[in-house]
Amino acid sequence: MSLDLEMEEIHKIFFEESFEGLDAMESGLLNLDVNADRETIATIFRAAHSIKGGAATFGFIEVSNFTHGVETLLDEMRNGARPVTPDAIQLLLQSVDGLREMVRAVQAKRPVDAKRTAHLSDEVARLLARHGSRDLAAAPGAAASDGPAGTAPRAAGAPDAAPEFLRGGPGWVIEFHPHHDMLKTNNEPLRMFAELERLGALNATADLGELPPLSGLQPDGCYLRWRLELAGAVEKRQIEEVFDWVDANCAIQYRFFAGGEAPAPLAAGPVALPAGATAAPAAPPAAAAPSSAAPKGGGDAGSIRVSTTKVDHLINLVGELVITQSMLSRFADGCSADELEKLRDGLTQLTRNTRELQESVMQIRMLPISFAFNRFPRLVHDLSRKLGKKVELSLSGEGTELDKTVLEKIADPLVHLVRNALDHGLEQPEVRLAAGKSETGTIELAAFHEGGNIIIEVKDDGSGLNKAKILQRARERGLVAADAELSDEQIHNLIFAAGFSTADVVSDVSGRGVGMDVVRRNIQDLGGVVQISSVHGQGSTIRIRLPLTLAILDGQLVRIGAETYVISLVAIVETIQVRKDRLNAVPGGAELFRLRDEYIPVVRLYEMFGVEPDSRAIEDGLLVVVEAEGRRFGVLVDDLLAQQQVVIKSLDTNYRQVAGVAGATILGDGTVALIVDVPGLVQVFHRSVGSRGMLAA
Amino acid sequence: MAGVILAVDDSASMRQMVNFTLKGAGYEVVQAVDGLEALEYARCHSVDLVLTDVNMPRMDGITLVKELRALPSYRYTPMLMLTTESSQDRKMQGKQAGATGWIIKPFNPEQLLATIARVL
Repeated sequence: MSLDLEMEEIHKIFFEESFEGLDAMESGLLNLDVNADRETIATIFRAAHSIKGGAATFGFIEVSNFTHGVETLLDEMRNGARPVTPDAIQLLLQSVDGLREMVRAVQAKRPVDAKRTAHLSDEVARLLARHGSRDLAAAPGAAASDGPAGTAPRAAGAPDAAPEFLRGGPGWVIEFHPHHDMLKTNNEPLRMFAELERLGALNATADLGELPPLSGLQPDGCYLRWRLELAGAVEKRQIEEVFDWVDANCAIQYRFFAGGEAPAPLAAGPVALPAGATAAPAAPPAAAAPSSAAPKGGGDAGSIRVSTTKVDHLINLVGELVITQSMLSRFADGCSADELEKLRDGLTQLTRNTRELQESVMQIRMLPISFAFNRFPRLVHDLSRKLGKKVELSLSGEGTELDKTVLEKIADPLVHLVRNALDHGLEQPEVRLAAGKSETGTIELAAFHEGGNIIIEVKDDGSGLNKAKILQRARERGLVAADAELSDEQIHNLIFAAGFSTADVVSDVSGRGVGMDVVRRNIQDLGGVVQISSVHGQGSTIRIRLPLTLAILDGQLVRIGAETYVISLVAIVETIQVRKDRLNAVPGGAELFRLRDEYIPVVRLYEMFGVEPDSRAIEDGLLVVVEAEGRRFGVLVDDLLAQQQVVIKSLDTNYRQVAGVAGATILGDGTVALIVDVPGLVQVFHRSVGSRGMLAA
Repeated sequence: MAGVILAVDDSASMRQMVNFTLKGAGYEVVQAVDGLEALEYARCHSVDLVLTDVNMPRMDGITLVKELRALPSYRYTPMLMLTTESSQDRKMQGKQAGATGWIIKPFNPEQLLATIARVL
């Protein structure tokens, strides 16, 4: 791979991990609101530190310069030199936003917003200046080490006689006295000398005076002292660099000779060295290092990055395998007795294997819902400030996993629901107190498994839905006939109608009446269902039921004439035989069937799909009662076949979208079966019947 | 001269960059995401040089160097720290733990290779 391509890849990783780091900073900072523990601060610091380091390395100087100030702030907090104040947290949160924007800009190769950055930088600098803080001026790019303290002073240019080796030219005499323990850090004098030789001709003389008798000699101790003569006009900085790593492990003296002096004999006897050089530098506070037990923010469990396309391909292959397996299992029915036994055993195993393989492959796509939940602490923090409400957010079931695609598509609807709960649901503190509730409202976000589905609940303890107001508004807009009698559930469902809003004031948070219909549409697109329950004065719960994945469906196979269709098991309420006398025809061509004390419309699927059924008489077939959008209806079919998992194949990509059909699948015998789109069917049906009266039914 | 280098950094992009540079120069590179993982690897494999970041979760670079130096087989292994902190006491902490030296971030590939050539 070429260097450029490789760098591009590395940059990509840097951007991804920067965004993750910023998320970790954000959630950490929000936690600080509650309690400022060292671990959290250390985690936030590390994230900032990594971003700065990476940005500097990859040449994103604006990012690294800006992060430097943030890092300094955090470092001071980490060391306990700076109190953790709400103002500081607020500024750091803003900085995280600013940084996120900067990294996005850099990623998109567009210029960063210099004005915003400068403004934030100023704010950070101001805060840093408020308490006596250390260097902010030192840009991270110019990370040159300045003269280390606590080591031997360097006497440069001492008026001394130049050694013969230098032959009157310019050069250095270096007195290098390593401590006994220098070798323990693997700093090998010979290698340093090799470095020096690159700078100029070198003459090294060892002084064996310190060598102890053999009995007292430690094999890894360093007992030699050196006098090094380096010829050439070498800069002192270059020499210092060679000894930089052993600064604390040796005493060292440099003398420069400009040349021209008469050669002098070698200085005899030990060179006087400052006593301080032997003493270790001030012991660093042991607590300065971040504790090794710091928990990883954001639930990083040693994950890998896999491109979604690869995984999709794998899932497709496994889907094929499932088809092969079901194809094979058909042979089991027509084999000789002893062969049959073996074939059955083998097939049982194949079935188990394919199922396991399928499950483990699906797992690759599964992500914990915390990816969607993580943004809510910040959202609620900001929004509650803006609205002047007191809110406590509680999250549960963050570890519940669901398909990445589902997760991505559910994120926006969830944001909408939480915003709504905060804006419309929860009341102002004084209103709550007057209603005898606690001043602080609660919003609960919960996720859990229930019978092969994922349930996500958004619950608030606010004012609840006002049924009278909803009904009144719906009548004004002609969504409901003036005389229609609606159940509580039907009234609640009205808030999902397009353009519906009961908000008295349209705020910039919500209330424009766009959204709830989109929320429901999005959830339905995912094969999910949304329900509302609400008690006026006590709060509302919105319950979203989603399939675990979009790739596989638990289906009921049904037969109409020669065709097989699949109906999602989730949508089926029950299946019944129909007596003709329970059927009523209503004007407009619709038929209603009395199911206990409810009238449900009957959909003759063969009419809709244009196929020839066994019989058109309703008492010869079966009525599959399905439910969608809170409404039930009966689908007339000839027979029920097996229940099985089917691999969903998109009709859109292979053919085109067809009303009333959600997709297709390939059955064990190789034939194609269409999957009935139950919510879609409701709409098609109502369009064809077109009766307003039906809507309220 | 080739050799096995254990590169320790919690940042994937830094690891990639180090990995790419060193492999290009003919070294064999083993990567670890934090001190603990590095220590576990080093306990049952032998490496010729350890290159570690300082700030990492679970176990930081300074602790890693200290732990490694305590192992007989790592008494004379060169260990370099990658650090953005030019502050002297950080470096001294590393030195006291037994680090051979350090490379100041940001560095470019040539600087990294030159520094490694000093000890390998």
